[in-house]
Amino acid sequence: MRVRISSFSPTTFLLGPVAALGRYSLLLYHAFGSLSEFKVYRKNISEQMMRVGIDSIPIVALAAAFSGAVTTVQTAYQLVSPFIPKTIIGSIVVPSMILELGAVVTGFILAGRVGARIAAELGTMRVTEQIDALEAMGLNSIGYLIVPRVLAGIVMFPVLYIAASFIGITGGLVVGSLSGYVTAGEFIDGAREFFQPFDPIFGVIKSLVFGFVITSISCYKGYFTGGGAEGVGKSTTQAAVTSCVYILLADLVLAIVLL
Amino acid sequence: MIEVEHIYKSFGDKPVLTDVSLRIRDGETLAIIGRSGSGKSVLMKHLIGLLKPDRGRVLVDGIDIDTISYDELRKVRRQFGVLFQGGALFDSMNSFENVAFPLRTFTDMTESEIRAEVEQCLSMVQLPDVGPKMPAELSGGMRKRVALARAVALRPRYVIYDEPTSGLDPETSNTIDELIKSLTDQLHMTNIVVTHDMHSVLTIADRAAFIHKGRIHWVGTIEALHESHDPVLCRFVRANEYQIGKPALRA
Repeated sequence: MRVRISSFSPTTFLLGPVAALGRYSLLLYHAFGSLSEFKVYRKNISEQMMRVGIDSIPIVALAAAFSGAVTTVQTAYQLVSPFIPKTIIGSIVVPSMILELGAVVTGFILAGRVGARIAAELGTMRVTEQIDALEAMGLNSIGYLIVPRVLAGIVMFPVLYIAASFIGITGGLVVGSLSGYVTAGEFIDGAREFFQPFDPIFGVIKSLVFGFVITSISCYKGYFTGGGAEGVGKSTTQAAVTSCVYILLADLVLAIVLL
Repeated sequence: MIEVEHIYKSFGDKPVLTDVSLRIRDGETLAIIGRSGSGKSVLMKHLIGLLKPDRGRVLVDGIDIDTISYDELRKVRRQFGVLFQGGALFDSMNSFENVAFPLRTFTDMTESEIRAEVEQCLSMVQLPDVGPKMPAELSGGMRKRVALARAVALRPRYVIYDEPTSGLDPETSNTIDELIKSLTDQLHMTNIVVTHDMHSVLTIADRAAFIHKGRIHWVGTIEALHESHDPVLCRFVRANEYQIGKPALRA
């Protein structure tokens, strides 16, 4: 059996990320430069919004409900004592869901579900020459394939975030009251006490950025897939992992800048 | 007319096309033949600007397609229909939608006109009933025929076939060859057939161009191919005869 050992090149190592950033920027430039042909892929946008948004609701709802419930139980375990009012549970769980968990849990789940699907779909289209076929017909394949997916991400992620936050808070409230840690009234009072009107706005901004990050990175990975079935597998994994890394990075940057 | 002038193309440090020049006349069927890996498909992708040459140029009706803008290139591409090696049918659409796709995208036809046109295209490739079937439900030969219907849906001036018979049994290969011939007669297209199947070449082509070592080693009519004593070309043709089990030149 012959084993091929790839040689290490310092130039490639150093310039690789710069080249990737350049290609990513060019891809987005071409994608959004084709917005004038909106008519061609209008139907595609609603289809992608269904796939990115509506089809993701069950898994996002499940994860959000459990996140809210677990946060409630853990807060109760750590903080509830005769000296601390039980309303503290609501005042911790609700901002946690709105500021962080709603968006990040949705982001991680969708990086795996939507990001991987986009990369696999575009990667398969690349290796089976379907993208070449689009180009050969005289269609702008970047605009046709990438703009609907990224727009669907930007539009639907905030919707999913709002749903996730609502379901997470409800999950926390229900589990908290069923398990006897806190009554519904105490939970809501706590939530009201520390509620900041900017928190949901921050969450929506964050989910919008996450939507863009996940879909654009996954499109990039999928569109530039090479090397057959193995390449598709690689792109899919890279899309999910890279999206998660950039979600964390964007999360930190947005928190520093906006809070 | 398509003119290829002194094209050089390499991938990394591996040159694939070293100096390719070729002229494809209107209305003819030109077969580009050569061994696997000789650069036939690379040359084919240059003809529609899917690849850019490192040196040299490709002229389509006098327009240098490497110097024009992307929007202009797309207009040039609309004169082409391409049958890709695996068909390249869109997985997410059924056969009908695949053939209807270019009509919906590039014409103002009404839904009933599109339906009639798609049905006609599918009938031309002898698959009138596969409209509702998804590409995954079709055999290799059927996929290529649906892809052929899609390629000619807009009645292009030029049709490029990338290995139209590869991976097919001899009977299906013959069907594809016959289809190409009959479509050419019906639609008066210029055909460029990239293949290493000599039986196909002799059945459908008017001329053949043989790529060897990154260059057009030999180009001529099918009659000239019969009479050629070029040792490299003869070796390629004889290897084909052995593979298909009968003398290709007498097919």
